[in-house]
Amino acid sequence: MSLYHRPGNLQEALDGLARAPAVVAAGCTDLFPATERAALDGPVLDITGIAALRGISQTAEGWRIGATTTWTDIARVPLPPGFDMLKQAAQEVGSAQIQNAGTVAGNLCNASPAADGVPPLLALDAAVEIASAIGTRVLPLARFITGPRATALRPGEILTAVHIPRDAGQGASRFLKLGARRYLVISIAMVAARIVAEQGRAAQVALAAGACGPVAARLPEVERALTGLPLSDLAAAIDAEAVGAVLSPIDDLRADAAYRRHAATELLRRAVTETVETMR
Amino acid sequence: MKDLPQITLTVNGAPAQLDIAPGRRLSEALREGLGLTGTKVGCDAGDCGACTVLLDGEPVCACLTPVIRAEGAEITTVEGLGAPMERLRSAFLRHGAAQCGICTPGMLIAASALLARPGTPDRNAVEEALGGVLCRCTGYAKIIDAVMDAAGSTPQAGPPESPASGAAVGARLERLDGAPKVAGTEVYGADYAPEGALWVRAIRSPHFAARFTLGDLVAFARETGLLVFTAADVPGQNIFGTIPPFADQPALAEGVVRMRGEAVALVAGEASALEALGPEDFPVTWSPAPDLRDTPAARAATAPRLHETREGNILIAGLVHSGDPATGFAAAAHIAQGSAQTPYVEHAYIEPEAGAAWLDGDTLVIQACTQAPMMDRDDTARILGLPPERVRIIPSATGGGFGAKLDLSVQPLIGLVALKTGRPARITYSRRESMTSTTKRHPARMRARIAADASGRLTAMEFDGDFNTGAYASWGPTVAVRVPVHASGPYTIPNYHAEARAVHTNGPISGAFRGFGVPQAAILQETLFDELALKSGLDRLAFRRLNALPEGGRSVCGQELHGVGIGPCLDALKPRWDAAAQEAEAFNATHPGRKRGIGIASCWYGCGNTALPNPATIRIGITPQGQLKLHQGATDIGQGANTVITQICADALGLPITAFDLVGPDTALTPDCGKTSASRQTVVTGNAALMAGRALRARILALTNMGEAARIALHPGALSVSEGDQTRRIDLAALGEDANGYALAAEETYDPPTHALDENGQGIPYAVYGYGAHLAEVEVDLALGTVRVHRLTAAHDLGRVINPLLAEGQIEGGVAQGLGLALMEEYIPGRTENLHDYLIPTTGDMPRIDTILIEAPDPEGPFGAKGLGEHALIPTAPAILNAIRDACGAKITTLPALPHRVLAAIREAEQNP
Repeated sequence: MSLYHRPGNLQEALDGLARAPAVVAAGCTDLFPATERAALDGPVLDITGIAALRGISQTAEGWRIGATTTWTDIARVPLPPGFDMLKQAAQEVGSAQIQNAGTVAGNLCNASPAADGVPPLLALDAAVEIASAIGTRVLPLARFITGPRATALRPGEILTAVHIPRDAGQGASRFLKLGARRYLVISIAMVAARIVAEQGRAAQVALAAGACGPVAARLPEVERALTGLPLSDLAAAIDAEAVGAVLSPIDDLRADAAYRRHAATELLRRAVTETVETMR
Repeated sequence: MKDLPQITLTVNGAPAQLDIAPGRRLSEALREGLGLTGTKVGCDAGDCGACTVLLDGEPVCACLTPVIRAEGAEITTVEGLGAPMERLRSAFLRHGAAQCGICTPGMLIAASALLARPGTPDRNAVEEALGGVLCRCTGYAKIIDAVMDAAGSTPQAGPPESPASGAAVGARLERLDGAPKVAGTEVYGADYAPEGALWVRAIRSPHFAARFTLGDLVAFARETGLLVFTAADVPGQNIFGTIPPFADQPALAEGVVRMRGEAVALVAGEASALEALGPEDFPVTWSPAPDLRDTPAARAATAPRLHETREGNILIAGLVHSGDPATGFAAAAHIAQGSAQTPYVEHAYIEPEAGAAWLDGDTLVIQACTQAPMMDRDDTARILGLPPERVRIIPSATGGGFGAKLDLSVQPLIGLVALKTGRPARITYSRRESMTSTTKRHPARMRARIAADASGRLTAMEFDGDFNTGAYASWGPTVAVRVPVHASGPYTIPNYHAEARAVHTNGPISGAFRGFGVPQAAILQETLFDELALKSGLDRLAFRRLNALPEGGRSVCGQELHGVGIGPCLDALKPRWDAAAQEAEAFNATHPGRKRGIGIASCWYGCGNTALPNPATIRIGITPQGQLKLHQGATDIGQGANTVITQICADALGLPITAFDLVGPDTALTPDCGKTSASRQTVVTGNAALMAGRALRARILALTNMGEAARIALHPGALSVSEGDQTRRIDLAALGEDANGYALAAEETYDPPTHALDENGQGIPYAVYGYGAHLAEVEVDLALGTVRVHRLTAAHDLGRVINPLLAEGQIEGGVAQGLGLALMEEYIPGRTENLHDYLIPTTGDMPRIDTILIEAPDPEGPFGAKGLGEHALIPTAPAILNAIRDACGAKITTLPALPHRVLAAIREAEQNP
């Protein structure tokens, strides 16, 4: 019989994890599909009993999204338009059933190349807060996910929150997901775009693409090329080669690599166009 | 288990205590712990939504919820949907939203969460709310209609029809077996747990081809406390197959496996002991061998043979040859030729195979999901070395079949364990096990050449196809024979040559899947027809109408056909065809990046076995107490046989539907109605029901000396028969009882009249055919290659529509499977053995579907009726492919038309217009 621990506060969880390794469980929407058994392969540390880890709050620096905040929570909380892409992604995760259980931290820690939450969080300049019995550290999201199914989490650590800086909440944003069916679908490609406009020009541009490489990625070259341009010129200024240079997609059963490169560019252009449209 | 913590759940408003580990799935706690089996398990991965329950009013997958999370929350299961949801349940019944019913609890729960929110949801909101629950039967249309109705978003459907005597046929009747499906009380394969049952698990091959040796089983059994069974324990012939002369599949492999997922041993014991067993724990040593993955590899001269006697790995070849194709091609003004390739397609019913077995005296009873109880009985008996009468098959409710549940799956496995141990035995396949070990649609590699004269009349066709039949025979012979018979489509082709081969590979077994190869052949034939129409300068619908089989025309088998409805089907689509063409043109003029197109394709399909006997027997009886019982042995896997057969029998007898009690199916209680396949039950069992009803009526009229027009009424212990002002009574008790306990009874058998095919495939393969045509309207995103089917109009000739509600449901469900075949479904062994890598359509993928039912009565069918089940799928995929080509020029020859393939085809068309 495997051990299952569901503490009510974070310290207890961290102390437990310091004593013995365990699978940290949140929404379980990735953990259960990984086993055919009727129980999670343990030992399991279930962090959903820790009330302080769930919910979105405003902080002096910006916003804090607790680790076990569900996608449904995100979709329902009022947030500025910079977060629209995250809300849109929240509503594209699996199905309503999955959104009610699946958590932000789970999506990041599972580190699927096709994780729906990652591109919008990257475009929100997210950082992750990681706690252990010996302290807390903060890491940019881009450095947290290190490869397919690989993260910077060390033994004894739990991802406790995602922080979004105040500046990143600015502007308008859009998330687009491409799959071979409407619901319950793993992305072929997806993008997130956030634009801050000043006097009809793009003052800030944040772009990210997912399912087009081992990890989702920001597109800094493309962002730089777009910054300062008139809003109406942005989409056309997205250079396919510059996009392709950042991505390293694979051929799989959902699409081939060449298609993914192409689709990412097309989706970015559309996301930018639709973002600009929401500003009108 | 006394060291387990006690967890208190609040389920459907009542507290329930369970001794259970906190990290176990809530679905298991509800089903096995509390007996609430209304919550279904389809995938254990959140991919299908069948296990959806409400947790504090929010839908979640119970399979993904550790039971401890539910402590302190209000859990609502289908059993607990209270009075406010009664309208939802009845809407499901009135709209025909439940077919097999396995997704129904999940749908009802998901819908209830939506209905509990304020406001009146629109169609998009309903689609989104139900988007996490997969249904493989209905195409979702009637489910969405039912939820809209219950939400008050659309006018409420009228009260259910309750037709009078003699008016059952043609009535829009709710399914007679629907109530338990919407209550969550229906018993599927996994839902019956005999007291003290051993759990059984199969040890299966991870390799496509291998030799294997079993290790020290005695030590393994001692260490694990599990019982082990191998081929050496099989008491009878360890070989089975749906077509006895081709039987080649062992129940448990003997030293060699020919496919991934093949069972080599069984382990049985307590659930906990089985669960503790790791994948590497069973003592078996594999020696993988080179494998053959596709038909070119299998047909190579150097390829090893999968089965010693099958040269070139060819199981069988089918041929139809008529006229003189060479002359036909020589005389042609236009020729279209091409090839097409289709993948393995998975049935993806939401219910994985499951069942229970036990001994009743010296009879082995097996209650499992199935489409073919009598075949199960005979094959299981042969494997287990029992006379057939010592095996009783009680079909559980079957959560979808579509052809794959015709073959044996769990039956010999749990039967063996029950027989050997004397204890009840249970098994439930995991989703992966279901997908790896059961049959698929044959992957096809086909090429064809079709010719027309200057006026557009067809002059000749050649077709050649290799159908990957996988490791074992299953229904490969049926596919090889059916394809050449049907590859012409419902058209007059005077000179014809078609060959199809079933070729063994080390892939999954290809068996029966809605259409037996005909959908694959139709994809090539119907897409080439578009090319010929364009070359001939004819409108694509007009080209088909010109060549459609006429009444009294001859098929490529030389059969003279009557009740031919393809012309009327095409005519019925003409108004929408013209309107859709105009709408697409208008749309395209104003949308540079997106293009709309329309496509059409036809189908025909012979009902029943191909030139082989396939009788059905119906018994009907009236007890001395005045109960009317219909022994209905045609398994209803959701398609509606329970309802349709009763409707036919009711009108033949002259009593209302409400007078009937259904018995069976159960091999101990119902005569053989044959298998639920080949679109045969309405025609074949329907005719038996017609004959039995009429025979009983004749008996009653003779007893009372009344004329044909007399009215019969049933009363407690008596019948009354009236004509004009005369009424006579039959005192049923005075008639005594026959061996089955009936005062009056009739039993009739019907076998469709066919005639064996000669060496050129000439003869009368089927007594009855059904016809249809679909018009697909699609929109293609030119930059991404994505395709959205936004409307589909389906015209089907049913001869006589026995039940329009159920017929529409069959068509909508067929369209959904056809859409999946066209756009997203591809089973890759070892890679898509789940329902998130293998995609079937969701609520958001389905178009508006308009159904047009045509009645061109068949001289042989009951009341003129024809079959429908498989027809409905055949035209969809080619109609969609033709519409894609119409929209953007993209010619898709490798299915499915995934976005990257469509985009590549668009580019190709731009370069070579």
